[in-house]
Amino acid sequence: MKFDTPATTNPIDQLKVIGKPLDRIDGRFKTTGTARYSYERHDVVPNPAYGHVLGAAIAKGRIKSFDLAAAKSAPGVLAIVTADNAGALDKGKNNTAKLLGGPEIEHYHQAIAVVVAESFEQARAAAQLIRVDYQDDGGSFDLRAGMADAKPAKVLGGPADSAVGDFATAFAAAPVQLEQMYSTPDESHAMMEPHATTAVWDGDRLTLWTSNQMIAWGVGEVAKTLKMPKENVRLVSEYIGGGFGSKLFVRTDAILAALGARAAGRPVKLTLQRALVFNNTTHRPATVQRIRIGADKDGKITAIGHESWSGDLPGGKPDGAVSQTRQLYAGANRMTATRLAVLDLPEGNAMRAPGEASGMMALEIAVDEIAEKLAMDPIEFRILNDTQVVPDNAKEASKESQTVGSASKSELPFSQRQLVQCFQTGRDRFGWAKRNPKPGEVRDGRWLVGLGVAAAFRNNQLTKSAARVRLEQDGRIVVETDMTDIGTGSYTIIAQTAAEMMGVPIDKVVVLLGDSAFPVSAGSGGQWGGNNSTAGVYAACIKLREMIAQKLGVNSAEAAFTDGEVRTGARGVALADAARDGALSAEDGIEYGDLDKKYQQSTFGAHFVEVGVDAATAEIRVRRMLAVCAAGRILNPKTARSQVIGAMTMGVGAALMEELVVDKRRGFFVNHDLAGYEVPVHGDIPHQEVVFLDETDPMSSPMKAKGIAELGICGVAAAVANAVYNATGVRVRDYPVTLDKLIDKLPAVG
Amino acid sequence: MKPFSFERPNTPAEAAAAAARVDGAKFVAGGTNLLDLMKLQIETPTHLIDVNRLGLDKIEASSDGGLRIGALVRNSDLAADQRVRRDYAVLSRALLAGANGQLRNQSTTAGNLLQRTRCPYFYDTNQPCNKRLPGSGCSALHGFSRQLGIVGTSDACIATHPSDMAVAMRLLDATVQTVNGAGAERRIAIADFHRLPGDTPQIETTLQRGELITAVTLPKPVGGKHIYRKVRDRASFAFALISVAAIVQRDGTGRVALGGVAHKPWRVEAAEAAMPRGAKAVAEQLLAEAMPTEQNAYKRPLVERTLGAVLAEAKG
Repeated sequence: MKFDTPATTNPIDQLKVIGKPLDRIDGRFKTTGTARYSYERHDVVPNPAYGHVLGAAIAKGRIKSFDLAAAKSAPGVLAIVTADNAGALDKGKNNTAKLLGGPEIEHYHQAIAVVVAESFEQARAAAQLIRVDYQDDGGSFDLRAGMADAKPAKVLGGPADSAVGDFATAFAAAPVQLEQMYSTPDESHAMMEPHATTAVWDGDRLTLWTSNQMIAWGVGEVAKTLKMPKENVRLVSEYIGGGFGSKLFVRTDAILAALGARAAGRPVKLTLQRALVFNNTTHRPATVQRIRIGADKDGKITAIGHESWSGDLPGGKPDGAVSQTRQLYAGANRMTATRLAVLDLPEGNAMRAPGEASGMMALEIAVDEIAEKLAMDPIEFRILNDTQVVPDNAKEASKESQTVGSASKSELPFSQRQLVQCFQTGRDRFGWAKRNPKPGEVRDGRWLVGLGVAAAFRNNQLTKSAARVRLEQDGRIVVETDMTDIGTGSYTIIAQTAAEMMGVPIDKVVVLLGDSAFPVSAGSGGQWGGNNSTAGVYAACIKLREMIAQKLGVNSAEAAFTDGEVRTGARGVALADAARDGALSAEDGIEYGDLDKKYQQSTFGAHFVEVGVDAATAEIRVRRMLAVCAAGRILNPKTARSQVIGAMTMGVGAALMEELVVDKRRGFFVNHDLAGYEVPVHGDIPHQEVVFLDETDPMSSPMKAKGIAELGICGVAAAVANAVYNATGVRVRDYPVTLDKLIDKLPAVG
Repeated sequence: MKPFSFERPNTPAEAAAAAARVDGAKFVAGGTNLLDLMKLQIETPTHLIDVNRLGLDKIEASSDGGLRIGALVRNSDLAADQRVRRDYAVLSRALLAGANGQLRNQSTTAGNLLQRTRCPYFYDTNQPCNKRLPGSGCSALHGFSRQLGIVGTSDACIATHPSDMAVAMRLLDATVQTVNGAGAERRIAIADFHRLPGDTPQIETTLQRGELITAVTLPKPVGGKHIYRKVRDRASFAFALISVAAIVQRDGTGRVALGGVAHKPWRVEAAEAAMPRGAKAVAEQLLAEAMPTEQNAYKRPLVERTLGAVLAEAKG
């Protein structure tokens, strides 16, 4: 189905099942331990051998020699695979570093060997017996040191540099100016389930049960890496214990499980040990950002500039921290610039809201700062500088110019933009009026109390997505698509979509996901999964409805699918009757025209945070949080809320504790376990309130929905940092905001 | 993990004798720290002696009016004991500030005293660490040291002792009771139990080969206000950046000990004499010899400010 004109009224608008806060249908399986994760496929692979990965002990250099003798003769060992005996391997196009290193080492903990043994413990013990002689070549590990030599780098969906009007002149002339440097650290996805795969060969055909967000991409990447035909690769990912972008791409676990299984002649299961996850896999890259905002005395932005530096391995990509600044606030004169330094740290890549998350961390402090210079309320400042058209449409301009884009003359409107309404709703609900604009004035016992606010912004992305929907003889509806559920609620909203479309209760719908044998979906990433995958199911359901109508001899345009029946006028026929001669199956998908070129589709929100800062120790604790979101139709308010509060929690982590600490001498992330890399625990998270504004977006899809899962993190950290400033009067611009950055600046303990 | 042999003796003396007899033997009780370290091959015992069935799991009144805590009393049970909560509240509070419920259910009194450091370089077998591999060097001294020690450190090691319980035990003047392979019993004042790193950071206590902790005893209660204040980045399940344990009497005298600043719970007599003069004076004495790194210099003002809050709370 081609979606190229705005959606009109369709069966989804009935909202009998869609839009209801239903429990997730997989919740029972997860809470009873019956959800089958990739490392636990005893049902299909009863007797696997175990793989254990050895990571490189240096950041950059070469393996001079391996001593595998002791490991080979260790009890239970079936095979050891290194680059020497793995056979020819290619590299996936989404991988910057090789998934099996050697003899060259590109980063710390890059996999250099996998040991396969009868038991996990034997594989681990043998891996620890491998002796490696390295040539350590040192490397570049310090982003700030690399900034001077950083090169322009294109940001996803736009050029490296963009310019509108004359930023330099306008900024210099602005009566009120803000110029500051900000930094965000490297962050780890730190999802609960480490990367894990069970691999089985059947002749030259490979099946991988693997924890992966993007099944079709994964098939292509596995085939490319192993130099085999795509047709011979099957990926299955029924349940995923968190991804956050870490499992967008094929990683070491999948490739080494496959190589280990081939070498051992046995099915192999392999999970990355926790201590390897942080340096072996990808992470959100650190940034240094410079923001300059000029405003007139009334608070209107006249000039806004945002530059960002990040680093990655040779051939890698930058963090897109400036991207939202092209779209969020008005202002006639603008510039953005993205620079990439070569660093020999582990590979930087996508993590929940890549770009916007780190960009908003800086931009939304800067906005707070200039509002204060203007003696304006920060919400008033944002409302004053709202725009209903994209102020810097550098995406379009990039076609003409590879480097410096200039905004197109034609104005690109937003399909929906309720940023102002988000702030207005939240302001009342959170009691913003009680905020004392003078920092450091409010005290509650031992706590200095402050309120902070920030905008949330994340784009909505359209990408084609297909599904197969079948009416069974017993009247059940079975949906098959390679869409994944990474904890987001995909199973549930897809079931709701099929139930709404086919007029059956949700318990009559069976959803099967995450198998490359199924039609190719949008997959899970970039908050595109929910809208696109359900739109694909919608398309397949429309096709199935036509087949059913034809089978029953009714006009599909006049037929209503409701209460398990197909009704035309007063006549109703049981839906199952259409399948009396055999199941009916329809496959279709959603494909998009150019509505996303004619209208900028974005999601908006406002985050409100109250913090307490211990007046003596400077410990920071969040006391209240509110997010108001405008993100199209909310398909299931319960799972959507779960996404937003999870993202808010991750934002608190980014604000207050998450940092992969770089050892700049040895080139690795030092705190590579969950004791050293702190993420919020229950004690850190107070009551979180989420409000969804009423919105449908007919430009996005027949579902009229948009993404929500990444909007929730964008801006949270800045709202926390702004609240800390309001509480203490101490402005911290280098994340995470920790007590050591405040302690010397607080008033004496009295 | 390296293969190891395993035995489960019936008496403390048998356990100690086994440990004295076998090179590379280790006692295992709760195993919450040791097993993790074995999986990472930081600890590589050849022989494990399971002490869980030695009957050392009772809390009893002692003849001098104190309390005798069996080595195997679980942290949860110790924290919940009525006598501890009433007479040694600082110990209960310190215990509850550590780890989480599941770990406290498993961890023992003696095991808690014997925790290894949480220095990240100690945990990464690819990196030099004098504590893990004597003579290999200290990665932390010029590396990531935000969490690490500021006082009593050496060029060989700036690790901290991670326990909260041990800080309270030090404050309470606990005594560690042991038995050795020959059956001889010994009492070690807690002040003498943990060592400073010096040139041998791999030697963390004054226990001799084969010596088994059988109990920790507390002298009779000293009254006063018992406070344990643990400072950390996140609200729970984190090791202390610093902690302050204090017992403060009505006249402002008392005791104070610090966690998170040294290779052992840190207590200085001169600091306690300064308590009536306030937090600044106390902190100056406690940290007189401090040599923080650039990354953990914040601990000095943090100690002083936290002491200030603790002393204010005591007056409360």
